[in-house]
Amino acid sequence: MAGKTLYDKLWEAHLVRQNEDGSSLIYIDRQILHEVTSPQAFEGLRLAGRKPWRIDANLATPDHNVPTTARSGGVDEIVDPVSRIQVKTLDSNCDDFGIVEFKMNDTRQGIVHVVGPEQGMTLPGSTVVCGDSHTSTHGAFGALAHGIGTSEVEHVLATQCLIAKKMKNMLVRVDGELGAGVTAKDVVLHIIGVIGTAGGTGCAIEFGGSAIRSLSVEGRMTICNMAIEAGARVGLVAVDEKTIEYFRGRAFAPQGELFEQAAAAWKSLVSDADAKFDRVVEIRAEDIKPQVTWGTSPEMVVAVDGSVPNPEKESDAVKADGIRRALKYMGLSADQKITDIQLDRVFIGSCTNSRIEDLRAAAEVVKGRKVAATLKQALVVPGSGLVKAQAEAEGLDKIFIEAGMEWREPGCSMCLAMNPDKLGPGEHCASTSNRNFEGRQGFGGRTHLVSPAMAAAAAVVGHFVDVRELMAQ
Amino acid sequence: MKKFTLHTGIAAPLDRANVDTDMIIPKQFLKSIKRAGFGPNLFDELRYLDEGQPDQDCSGRPLNTEFVLNQPRYAGASVLLARENFGCGSSREHAPWALDDYGFRVIIAPSFADIFYNNCFKNGLLPIVLNEAQVDQLFKEVEANQGYQLTVDLERQVVISPSGDEFAFEVDAFRKHCLLNGLDDIGLTLQYAEDIKAYETRRRQEAPWLFDAIHN
Ligand code: SF4
Repeated sequence: MAGKTLYDKLWEAHLVRQNEDGSSLIYIDRQILHEVTSPQAFEGLRLAGRKPWRIDANLATPDHNVPTTARSGGVDEIVDPVSRIQVKTLDSNCDDFGIVEFKMNDTRQGIVHVVGPEQGMTLPGSTVVCGDSHTSTHGAFGALAHGIGTSEVEHVLATQCLIAKKMKNMLVRVDGELGAGVTAKDVVLHIIGVIGTAGGTGCAIEFGGSAIRSLSVEGRMTICNMAIEAGARVGLVAVDEKTIEYFRGRAFAPQGELFEQAAAAWKSLVSDADAKFDRVVEIRAEDIKPQVTWGTSPEMVVAVDGSVPNPEKESDAVKADGIRRALKYMGLSADQKITDIQLDRVFIGSCTNSRIEDLRAAAEVVKGRKVAATLKQALVVPGSGLVKAQAEAEGLDKIFIEAGMEWREPGCSMCLAMNPDKLGPGEHCASTSNRNFEGRQGFGGRTHLVSPAMAAAAAVVGHFVDVRELMAQ
Repeated sequence: MKKFTLHTGIAAPLDRANVDTDMIIPKQFLKSIKRAGFGPNLFDELRYLDEGQPDQDCSGRPLNTEFVLNQPRYAGASVLLARENFGCGSSREHAPWALDDYGFRVIIAPSFADIFYNNCFKNGLLPIVLNEAQVDQLFKEVEANQGYQLTVDLERQVVISPSGDEFAFEVDAFRKHCLLNGLDDIGLTLQYAEDIKAYETRRRQEAPWLFDAIHN
């Protein structure tokens, strides 16, 4: 019999029952709640007179529309009344049902996908869901994690289970050594460029190979975070020593003897050597350069030394049409060099790249340099209050401020611009977030996805530049 | 949940690939704590020329007359014809809520993003996958014929064109059963409460660290 993939193992360990019609009931160990996709779920629960199945499986924190400017005035001083109501609704729902919530001004508050692992809420071998598609992030720790809709949030609250169907197994193997200045973000953007935004649809993608193994757990989170941008709800990385060590001493992780017992179990969370994958994609680490998206879909990506594509050279009519439409929206011309794209704003943050290593990488680039005078704004938004405190302890905040950047309070911020941080129409932004869809960062805004180091380099010169060249100067 | 058995309605062609959920319903409307009322803001950035705000009366806003749903011939459409990877991006269930609130009951495309596909079924909306050639044919027919209507028979799993052509489609047996009968998933799952408890008892032995860990 063929061996099992990591996904197979996680699936089997959580199978509650298999129904006659082919659907399965899967047990959910952890649910993270935030203000945008939970209110209707709580309302549904109340209307049906139901109670949460297990309070201690849930953790909540507001992140999507909290302001990132000084907010000592608390929730009552959120200027946008609709946002205010939404954050207050989360607070009152969690209070009513007794769910642990890190409220807006708690230092543990932050972006759901940064907070979950940071607190040891996410654990290897667990199932993690959240009403947010980037829940795939948590797969970096060998957890089966994916985004769900609001009806499913309610379903998990009420039953601790999900009705699910097993996905296919896909392996993306990145072997070799990444060059200096090439980061996890570049790896995942490159992968999406190769397999496309629907390349992983219906699959759980396991990321393996020596280049993935050599990444830190934070880098692996960046990769799994964007699995959904390749169409896969689930991204996974096998457990190793780095994964296990990460959880030692975390608030909700097991402690002492129980930790050792858990760690022993976690070691088996790898795909067997003879496991069978439905699809395998192989990528050479040496082929990956710093990446920049030029269009309105994450697959519209090229290396920083490349050019914007020319629709005339595309043989597929639907694709050529897509390129034309994207060029028009982005205000770019065919064959334009990436390094000629002038920027208006820079955003360093989001669940993709707002952890301490991301901030260190950006700070290293801007240290002793100044933000280009042509830029309207360069924002640095840490992923959680704890990341913020750590960065301040290391003096990173000062480096950013001295360079002319803004140092903010934690939240999703300009990643989706539900709070006041947004792009104006036509503005180009170098962003470390994960989606460059039309209007994502503000009505008419033009997003270019890059790594933190590339965003920092772009902030310094005012247009895209190969961070490796800048650092060599 | 609303039942879905047989539906006939005007088809509207949305001819672009990778339509994401930000496009279906932009984020500013996600601040609502309600489930209903998203219809006027469906495809907001494509449909109107200005930037929409939550709780705004949309009747006086400048329309993008080129956008397909603003063309009089597609007024009252309830079947949306779309291209590949429809509904990609965020998990927001506001996307199917908005489509439903506008009046759509069926979406036909060569492929859908997983989370969106799943969310449709929870809201009585039927996403149908047909192959590229079939979708192409439907696009051509709908554009050539004013008032073009499609019929969808879920029981028989076919889409029927005005000329009587039938296009068979696949649908998961469980989802079909729920849609045909308008069943509530939570109620169904709670029938298995004993299985869930038995699982928990076993799991507590195997992985005790996953229980009673999250508290203040
Ligand atoms: S940072 Fe962006 S992608 Fe991540 S959870 Fe927040 S809004 Fe979603």
